[in-house]
Amino acid sequence: MKTPRTLSAGAIGVTATLVASWAAVCALHWVSPVFLPSPGETWNALSTGFVHGDLPRLMLGTIERMVYGWALASCVGMALGALIGTSPALRAWLVPTLELMRPLPASAIVPVAIALVGLSPAMVLIVITFGAVWPVLLATVHGFASIEPRLHEVGRVLRLSRLAFIVKIGLPNALPDALAGMRLSLTIALILAIVGEMLASQDGLGTAILLAARSFRAADLFAGVALLGLIGLASNALLTLGERRVLRWKQDH
Amino acid sequence: MDARRIDLRGWVLPIALLLVAEVAMRVNGTDSEALARPSEVARALWDALKDGTVLAASLQTLAAALGGLALGGGMGLLAGLWFGLSSRAERWSLLSVELLRPVPSVALIPIAMLVFGFGYRMEMSVVAFTCFWPMMLLTQAAIRQVEPRLFEVAHVLGLAAHDRVIKIVLPAAAPRVFVAFRLGVGIALVVAVTVEIAANPQGLGFGLMSAQQNLRPDLMFALLLWVGALGWALSAALVALERRCFHRVSAAGTQA
Repeated sequence: MKTPRTLSAGAIGVTATLVASWAAVCALHWVSPVFLPSPGETWNALSTGFVHGDLPRLMLGTIERMVYGWALASCVGMALGALIGTSPALRAWLVPTLELMRPLPASAIVPVAIALVGLSPAMVLIVITFGAVWPVLLATVHGFASIEPRLHEVGRVLRLSRLAFIVKIGLPNALPDALAGMRLSLTIALILAIVGEMLASQDGLGTAILLAARSFRAADLFAGVALLGLIGLASNALLTLGERRVLRWKQDH
Repeated sequence: MDARRIDLRGWVLPIALLLVAEVAMRVNGTDSEALARPSEVARALWDALKDGTVLAASLQTLAAALGGLALGGGMGLLAGLWFGLSSRAERWSLLSVELLRPVPSVALIPIAMLVFGFGYRMEMSVVAFTCFWPMMLLTQAAIRQVEPRLFEVAHVLGLAAHDRVIKIVLPAAAPRVFVAFRLGVGIALVVAVTVEIAANPQGLGFGLMSAQQNLRPDLMFALLLWVGALGWALSAALVALERRCFHRVSAAGTQA
């Protein structure tokens, strides 16, 4: 937050210089065009892909996969986090098991998921959920752990049931942490959506860029990678905006 | 006392699950292509350790992960130093960084494949790209958190620019930079395994995929276990190293 977020002319200049040197490298044939398409070619591939090709469909496929997995992971993470956060007993029983599973690279789950449900959309969903659940889960547990002790007393005095405590006091207090975790989860979800697509040949940008690389269509490949970067940038920006919106009540006092 | 009791309760669930799986599969006589009895998994792991295949695959994965980390993390460290010390460099690079950073690491796999084909170079380049960003951002943050008075000290002592960096900035930022390095090792391992699973035919990730394709669920789960243990051991070793090297610094930090 401390970093200056405003765009200076210098920043735009540096970016323009980078793109110009990319164009120059291509124009001077320093790198074979098989590997590195020029910015213009990439732009052409992008625009024709959008107007005549199936880039919009592929992009929607990837976004859909990412969002479904992320939503599922967020729900599971918050629910589990709320349960663990409010019950010391559950914490004692569950947390060591979760700690054993957490360091597993999510992509290493891919073969297991393939063995269990085959090369299907469900496989991708399982992998995304497994990988993206941890930041939300940990953040929610942390959020519940840092609830003001007096609020616990308030809950006891009001004789709130556990569910009522979670909904009325716990979740609102844990929300800032949970949302920060969800932002990290979204990045993970995008990565795993791409990996899942590549392996299960689901219709999406991940499969598209892999095919483009195999058939040496460098411009299409770069266009796909640029779009994936754009998805990452846009989803993160949207979520930051949403976070600020949802947490506006918190900044008031 | 209390901690010990909690420990025991925590172990009940995983052990019970393993026992239930073992017994249920023995009773049903399950011969599945997707699941394996825990005892079979243990035997597969033992066999794979004995004939050296797991160790060879681990070395391939670790070499690619650490090589990529050295490359990308090293460049990230330099960039972070530069951007941390010069606020103009930070401001001017901001847009380019913000545009490049969200590119998902795995999206580079096809590009790396196109340029390098299969092998170490391809895997290392993807790992390097991924490790560059956290290393750069965390180094930058580490430098920003260096006590401002130290810069005044450097100014008073009339240190030259490179002396200032070597004698003041780097030692002061070292604990945080080490934390960045520790995180980088974890990221590098995950990315290396991911690249192997998605494309590169070598290392532990490829071993996992081929075990699944050869319908060897016992070996698949054994390798999964091994990958988890490897990541856990690496991170535990680095945490221990961090405590040992920077214990005094962090203790002094909490006092201040």
